[in-house]
Amino acid sequence: MEFGTRLLHTGHEVDRATGAAAVPIYQVSTFGQPGLSTPGPYDYARSGNPTRRALEDIIADLEGGVRGFAFSSGLAALSSALMLFSAGDHLVVTDDCYGGTYRLLTRVLSRFGITVSFADTSDPDAVRRALQPNTRGLLIETISNPFLKRTDVRAMAEIAREHGLRLLVDNTLLSPCLCRPLGEGADIVIHSATKYLGGHSDLIAGVAAVRDPALADELYFIQNAVGAVLGPHECFLVMRGIKTLKLRMEKQVATAARIAEWLRGRREVAEVYYPGVGAMVTFRLAREAMAEPFVQRLQLPLLGVSLGAVESLVAVPARHSHAALQPEERRRRGITDDLIRFSVGIEEPADLLADLEQALVYAAEQV
Amino acid sequence: MKLATALVHAGVRRDPAYGAVSVPVYQSATFQHPALGMSTGYDYSRTGNPTRTALEEALARAEGGVRALAFSSGMAAITCVLRLFGPADHLVVTEDLYGGTYRLLEQVFSLPHTYVDTTDLAAVRAVIRPGTRAILVESLTNPRMKRADLAALADLCREHGLLLIVDNTFLTPCLCRPLELGADIVIHSATKYLAGHNDVVAGAVVVRDAGLGERLYFVQNAAGMALGPQDSWLVIRGLKTLALRMERHQQNAARIAGWLRQHPLVEDVLYPGVSGMLSFTVTDPDLVPQVLRRVKLILFAESLGGVETLITFPAVQTHADMPAEVRERLGITDRLLRLSVGIEDADDLIADLAQALEGEAGGGRE
Repeated sequence: MEFGTRLLHTGHEVDRATGAAAVPIYQVSTFGQPGLSTPGPYDYARSGNPTRRALEDIIADLEGGVRGFAFSSGLAALSSALMLFSAGDHLVVTDDCYGGTYRLLTRVLSRFGITVSFADTSDPDAVRRALQPNTRGLLIETISNPFLKRTDVRAMAEIAREHGLRLLVDNTLLSPCLCRPLGEGADIVIHSATKYLGGHSDLIAGVAAVRDPALADELYFIQNAVGAVLGPHECFLVMRGIKTLKLRMEKQVATAARIAEWLRGRREVAEVYYPGVGAMVTFRLAREAMAEPFVQRLQLPLLGVSLGAVESLVAVPARHSHAALQPEERRRRGITDDLIRFSVGIEEPADLLADLEQALVYAAEQV
Repeated sequence: MKLATALVHAGVRRDPAYGAVSVPVYQSATFQHPALGMSTGYDYSRTGNPTRTALEEALARAEGGVRALAFSSGMAAITCVLRLFGPADHLVVTEDLYGGTYRLLEQVFSLPHTYVDTTDLAAVRAVIRPGTRAILVESLTNPRMKRADLAALADLCREHGLLLIVDNTFLTPCLCRPLELGADIVIHSATKYLAGHNDVVAGAVVVRDAGLGERLYFVQNAAGMALGPQDSWLVIRGLKTLALRMERHQQNAARIAGWLRQHPLVEDVLYPGVSGMLSFTVTDPDLVPQVLRRVKLILFAESLGGVETLITFPAVQTHADMPAEVRERLGITDRLLRLSVGIEDADDLIADLAQALEGEAGGGRE
């Protein structure tokens, strides 16, 4: 079965008891037990819920893993996975990472004696140089944020194997449509399901999948003990979004390629960061002062955080996704006000291009 | 305004657009910014969501605090609080506590901690040491139903510059308001009495110091464990009947405790005279599987605090993660059953317990 078909034929498309064509929402906290020595398959919703289980099975299947996990947010998925490490452990992380990841690592996990080094993971030598005797894990983003640099999962998996490290891959910006890290040697794949998987800007969720049964047990233990689980209603909405994942991504990717090409030819744009894959385009305006009038003037994309939805979204990383960084850190990474991150939606490309044009022209006139 | 009134008005007057009495479910991940550098006050639902805000404000008001945070589960709430501490910090913890909290302390976090009977102030005092940062208690313990003297513990904490953290799940603000007694942090599994309908998993933290609230909020946001809008709305809905439900839970529990005390097959009843929770030991371990199998109205299910009466066997359920020797020492034996008394008619509940304990009419066990 092709990927696009598997999105719809997950094994959960029909409810066994009633034939319902959607997974029932088990809006429940507890489950009656048949008897003391005959426990039911579910006992308490934090530990397991049939609606969440359906989503977890689906993400495991789509990512080619043995088990999936659903959490209350992408950061909950990440912070739970990172609890697999111990005090004294060192991690190497993609330096161009999401601001929330940076904050979690440097201002929450640091308290627990887990140290971090950041490296350009698109360069395996840079990663090797960052390794220390106590390095236990590699955390990468398949497409970094906001400069959209591609990291080769296989190359990272090789380093991980050589040094006995766990490889964690945040695959949010590509989705399983465009990349399946477990098949390339990753140990854990993580998504902010808020983004492409959910696809409609209407829920906050995180998911993870693993390919090793022992690791699955470890991660399940954390998911249950810490309890940052996704509620059943949200699980239903993520599953609903997944049904159109391929359709949406195809349109978004095609439009993004057109927009990137078009932006490269504009004098109002100093630089375009587009990796040739995915549906995000980051670009730098010719002058920093253009940013405000530019975003003000755009009609179609929503100005705000998040990405991956059916509606186009425009963000200024310095103020949005990377606001959590200290100003010096932002400057060091080149994340200034002139940097615009565009999450391409499924609107008609002609409309988006026309909107971009009028906004760029207007912004250039203001400075 | 009395608490019962305030609870009824949870989430009310929260729709600026149409005046809808029930707060809308803001099923949205993101919020449009009016302009660069401006915000409506909401940017991203992990960080803040209007439906969750409505719940958090209702919770803060209910516990008499200045700030509340809603989480995806009670364990997520406790995890957030534990993340305030580092490996050099020591915690004093009630020994008779929920197995899930025990599991976090033993198997997830590496925080130094000492268990103690927190109803014994001298014993608590004796285990405080230079690195101690907090005392963690349950306002009514699980499952032995012991009540600690929170005001006295709060005094002790003040003396030593410690935080007093109280899991108030079993009593609820209707029966106990730890912040008013001097506690610093109150935690709830809102899954239980607050939501009250066995239909949502959620947690809450309430504080009375704005600075502490900010620190906890930072972790909630950074580690992403906030409660979703649909579930927030369901907890709000549950809060409205909390006062009524607690009254009925208590009435029923008191009657059932009295009836159990007189029953020949019941050895001991642990009921502190308050709340809807009680535990009892049966005279023979074989009665346990029998009762759990025979109850018809009462549900053999995990959890507690809902409108339906639930019965559990702590030794293998809520306290399975504790080593057997610890369980034995705490009296969590193979004859201890815990009842979360619901709001059914008490006569029906007693009749169900009678037939479950006594087997077929005329005695005899299966």
